[in-house]
Amino acid sequence: MAQVTLDSVRKIYPNGVEAVTPASFQIKDGEFVVLVGPSGCGKSTLLRMIAGLEDITEGALSIGDNVVNTLDPADRDIAMVFQNYALYPHMTVRKNIAYGLKNRKTPKDVIAQKVDEAAKMLNLTEYLDRKPAQLSGGQRQRVAMGRAIVRDPALFLFDEPLSNLDAKLRNQMRIEIKALQRRLGVTSIYVTHDQVEAMTMADRIIVLNGGRIEQIGTPSDIYHNPASTFVASFMGAPPMNLVAAEMQDGILSFAGLELPLASSMRGPVTLGLRPEDLIIDSHGPLAMEVELIEELGAHRLLHGQVNGQRLTVHLAKEEQVALGPLHLSCRVQNLCLFHPETGARMDGGFAFNLAQDRMEERV
Amino acid sequence: MKRAGFASRWLPILLLVPQLSIILVFFYWPAAYAVKSSFYLQDPFGFGQTFVGLENYSSLADSAEYLRVTNFTVVFTVLVTFFSLALALLLAVKADKVIRGAKSYRTLLMWVYAVAPPVAGYMGLILFNQRWGPLTELFGMFGWEFNLRADYFDTAFAMVVVSVWKQVPVNFIFFLSGLQSIPKSVREAALIDNRSASGRFWDVTFPLLAPTGFFLLIINITYALFDTFGVIDTLVKGEPANNPMTLVYKVYIDGFRGNDLGGSSAQSVVLMLLVLALTVFQFRMVEKRIHYT
Ligand SMILES: Nc1ncnc2c1ncn2[C@@H]1O[C@H](COP(=O)(O)OP(=O)(O)OP(=O)(O)O)[C@@H](O)[C@H]1O
Ligand SMILES: [Mg+2]
Repeated sequence: MAQVTLDSVRKIYPNGVEAVTPASFQIKDGEFVVLVGPSGCGKSTLLRMIAGLEDITEGALSIGDNVVNTLDPADRDIAMVFQNYALYPHMTVRKNIAYGLKNRKTPKDVIAQKVDEAAKMLNLTEYLDRKPAQLSGGQRQRVAMGRAIVRDPALFLFDEPLSNLDAKLRNQMRIEIKALQRRLGVTSIYVTHDQVEAMTMADRIIVLNGGRIEQIGTPSDIYHNPASTFVASFMGAPPMNLVAAEMQDGILSFAGLELPLASSMRGPVTLGLRPEDLIIDSHGPLAMEVELIEELGAHRLLHGQVNGQRLTVHLAKEEQVALGPLHLSCRVQNLCLFHPETGARMDGGFAFNLAQDRMEERV
Repeated sequence: MKRAGFASRWLPILLLVPQLSIILVFFYWPAAYAVKSSFYLQDPFGFGQTFVGLENYSSLADSAEYLRVTNFTVVFTVLVTFFSLALALLLAVKADKVIRGAKSYRTLLMWVYAVAPPVAGYMGLILFNQRWGPLTELFGMFGWEFNLRADYFDTAFAMVVVSVWKQVPVNFIFFLSGLQSIPKSVREAALIDNRSASGRFWDVTFPLLAPTGFFLLIINITYALFDTFGVIDTLVKGEPANNPMTLVYKVYIDGFRGNDLGGSSAQSVVLMLLVLALTVFQFRMVEKRIHYT
């Protein structure tokens, strides 16, 4: 078990693509960190550099206390689970799981015992003598997990391990992997582009965008305090509403909403409102034209326009709504302000200039 | 599900006729003719034939010469097959690692495949020429007086070298594409599981190449047995004398030089049976083999 430290780690592919701009962060011993971001943002590249499958162009990578930049993958004390499982097709499940141990000169009886334990843990016992081609996708996924856990590595690396499974199995495996990691306490880095996986599994999330780290934080941090419009719109389903608002003389105004703000800022800003922070309120300042109601069983989503800008509202299932005009208010304490051009968060450091009792309510 | 089909049952047969007639005229008819003439003794001048039953076969079995050629053919086939597969595999594994210039490397190797067997034989003649062949000179430096067509062993050596050289490119292409069809992530998983490159090769790469290798094995045996004819013919210049030759070449020598059409036909029937056996063996194995998917 070990901590992982990246010090200005950078990747430029031979064709000149800078897939990862210098990235620095530290992963604590036993922590489950999820790398998330849209396709092509450099998640796999970062993970593969940590695995040793890809050269590090610049910077230093340490696992435990050792810089491992030049070590072979087999010498880094890591185990990796691949998106397509990467099982050895000609070996039985037993041999697949045992192969890494066999090459590390583990005694035969220890191997047998560890394989049996892992198989039991993953419900694979009855499949040990089958070849991967004779297994379902979910079972193959488990074998790939088994191959990783028997090794007792310092670090688990996962590259979208669940993306080839159907939705139901994915939910189930997500919970199993998380529980397994908790039990084994192995430091883990998990790559996904699924924000639900990121939110539910991570101790900390690293949001990547175009090879750059946008934000590092706990799931709740990332959700409630996004560092940029990118993070705000990437994390959360439905994403945060981002609308154009105006700051003037200490007042933030959007449609009918006017909020006094302790700031001398002036000019246009981007206002971020989570759909669940918008509340139906006949005296509310926001006049919305509801165009579509999405029924999701446990709750509903209203889609419509306020002042010509699109808004989504999250609604508890008890509330009655119809298409057409509607008034909304919002929970002020959860508002976010972003720079209208760069998208960077702007309201960090100043508070909404409201009396505490009004903060608790809505405006 | 509805199966698409022809309205008339004669149309498909009609469409197959050209293909079938080619096979019939150029393969089955000559084969049948060979079987028939293997039971006859031909007049050397073509004036007639006498039915002799299995005599052509029994004299084959008794012939010391035939036994000698058979032995040589076996050794020759084993050597050519082994070395053309092994060298090609080695080259493919190396080429697979090369990223830059891989394409031109492959194309260059593939050119050899385009060389016709007799031309390959001529190149062998030049390389191994007794007076000014560069290879002969090279061997001379090590004290080996190389004597093509005068020395049995040296001639056999040249035959094997030229035949292997001619076959390596085909095997190379197959092995290379076999290597490249091994999923990248499987190799990467092996990279994490096993620190030794040779261990990874024998444990993962080689078994995954086995289906390709088996297919090539059959192809190469067939090549060594039959398609080396041109190489051998050029190297021994149609005058085998005491030089080594393979079974196929003996069919030709006995039939067209020795004018013993009956004996030659009997030999070709034996070879046909050999090919049949190889084919059956191949299909059996292909059926049995696990298909990795
Ligand atoms: N071998 C390579 N050579 C050159 N560029 C590459 C190579 N591999 C990836 N890239 C580029 O680097 C960038 C990051 O790729 P990477 O595979 O890390 O993305 P990703 O975040 O894992 O995406 P996905 O979610 O689709 O897997 C992409 O722009 C990609 O085109
Ligand atoms: Mg990826």
